Amino acid sequence: MTRAGFEKRVFGALRWVVIAFLAVITLFPFYYMAVLSVKPIDQLLLDPGRIWVSASEFTLDTYRTVLASTDDGGQGFLRLLANSAVVSLGTVALTLLASIPGAYAVSRLRFFGGRQVSALFLAVYLFPATLLAVPLFVIFARIGLQGSLVGLAVVYIAQTVPVSIYMLRNYFATIPKSIEEAAALDGCSRPAIVRKIVLPLAAPSLMATGLYVFMIAWNEFLFALLFLAADPSLWTVSLGLQQLANGIEVPKTVLMAGSVVLTVPVVALFYAAERMLTEGLTSGADKS
Amino acid sequence: MTRPSPGTSARPAGPPGAARGRPARRTTAAARENRAGLAFVSPTLIVVLAVVVLPILWTVLLAFQRTRLVDIQTTGLFGNWTLRNFELVFTSPGFWSSLWTTLLYTVGSTAGSIALGLVAALALRRPFRGRGLLRGSMLVPYVAPVVAVTFVWEVMLSPQYGIVNEWGTELLGWDAPIAFLSQRNADVSVLGVQLPVPVALLTVIVFEIWRYFPFAFLFLLARLQAVPNGLEEAATIDGAGLWQTFRHILLPQLMPVISLLAVLRLIMTFNKFDDVYLLTGGGAGTDVVAVRVYEFLTARFDVGAAAAQALVLAAVLTVLLGVYFAFFARRTQEEAQ
Repeated sequence: MTRAGFEKRVFGALRWVVIAFLAVITLFPFYYMAVLSVKPIDQLLLDPGRIWVSASEFTLDTYRTVLASTDDGGQGFLRLLANSAVVSLGTVALTLLASIPGAYAVSRLRFFGGRQVSALFLAVYLFPATLLAVPLFVIFARIGLQGSLVGLAVVYIAQTVPVSIYMLRNYFATIPKSIEEAAALDGCSRPAIVRKIVLPLAAPSLMATGLYVFMIAWNEFLFALLFLAADPSLWTVSLGLQQLANGIEVPKTVLMAGSVVLTVPVVALFYAAERMLTEGLTSGADKS
Repeated sequence: MTRPSPGTSARPAGPPGAARGRPARRTTAAARENRAGLAFVSPTLIVVLAVVVLPILWTVLLAFQRTRLVDIQTTGLFGNWTLRNFELVFTSPGFWSSLWTTLLYTVGSTAGSIALGLVAALALRRPFRGRGLLRGSMLVPYVAPVVAVTFVWEVMLSPQYGIVNEWGTELLGWDAPIAFLSQRNADVSVLGVQLPVPVALLTVIVFEIWRYFPFAFLFLLARLQAVPNGLEEAATIDGAGLWQTFRHILLPQLMPVISLLAVLRLIMTFNKFDDVYLLTGGGAGTDVVAVRVYEFLTARFDVGAAAAQALVLAAVLTVLLGVYFAFFARRTQEEAQ
């Protein structure tokens, strides 16, 4: 057998091993999460090695406990879900509002200082969140916005505007210029072109960017911890899960139900928009 | 200077009839575009300056003042300048080892996630049944909330009821459960030599690789699919094996993306707080610098020291990137040509 033929066989077999390995490592933790969330805690402690759930032990009490309000003896995750939703949706609205005009300008218009502004927008994408944590913590302590969901949404803009600009400018660049030019010839003003032509054409990409921003805000943990830890009624789901996981009072299976509740919205949104999202993120990568 | 230069895909200057041979109208159109550009960019610019650039500048100011959170209401923006914060940071116990830990953690996670991402991209390159499904599910570790996935890992790795230790002791014959997240070192004998292995740090690095290889996979797959087929066919006809084709045809094509990924992951991981804090709380030899910033801020309310620590972290990162660009980026450029 030639060397090329031999390699072809080896790599051909290896490929399936790799594929199986990848499928197991990516899916197993989530399968484990789902299984443990419908098991009573004593079954887990009795036989930790069993990774399925029998019909007799199957229970949804974990979900009831985690979602019920604290007055009813639950963990109040419904309220936390509402908090997370408010913060995340607020962040999406504020971020898109702030980043659309700038992204349009740097991808489409030639103006004085345009290159420098464009470089700045790229640079802030790389600024570390740790540098922002200290001053934002201080500012918010000072003006008393600490412990407010609106304050948190404002802080999240700092996390999401750079990546939002980056994605939007890539999308805007794919809209043919001739369409805008035709509108300009017909006497359309610049703001009208953006509102009536560019934004409708870019609607799918606005959706994708909005979803990505939503995911960042929904998953965020550090700033929620810094700003909201003191007030349990304002916790986001991420923060609530972490705070409860630190203690020993709440059974792990109940917290697994909490993890599922935290994960499902993001993963569902991701699947709904997977193609748009992955193309938006990597659109720069295939130009070497 | 705002006039469109020839060769670029500039907008036409003004209405067609007016443009030809009338420089005056061209300038007007360019000026109009200039005004529109400034008008469009300013709201975004103001927001970016207000929420990102100004706070970071303030971090720099804070790092040179002895400020604690209690007296933040009374001190002004410009107080007494001092280097005391940096002195405190550099002489605080465990600073240098923490920097070293951060470096190991960053390099290990970055290299590992890109390597696994590359393997994954190569394996999923050609279509097979269920590829789309697998491709989608491989991205889930990356998009799932960090608090949820760290919690699942914690339970999986628990010495009392975790699946990994259960299977390890039952099926693989481990002597005792391993405390993956709270054990600093373990001695492993390799060929009769006792080697100390940093258990918790390795676990955290493995977690990072698991969580971020999808990111590398996504970029590398996109690039792989843009490689023209002819290149590989030509190599195969010339008798090249798969390994040679990969080494001399594919890898040079992928190098620019790999180096971009390396820079991105290096920056993101170096400043990572959530993952380590949630898995180990910064204990058992995993005290990366970002966790120390958080502790200065919340445990001691020492704003000045926290700012100084964050600044030192950023400075080290800048040096690291400088070294990277000086050595690796140039080589990549040469290989790509």
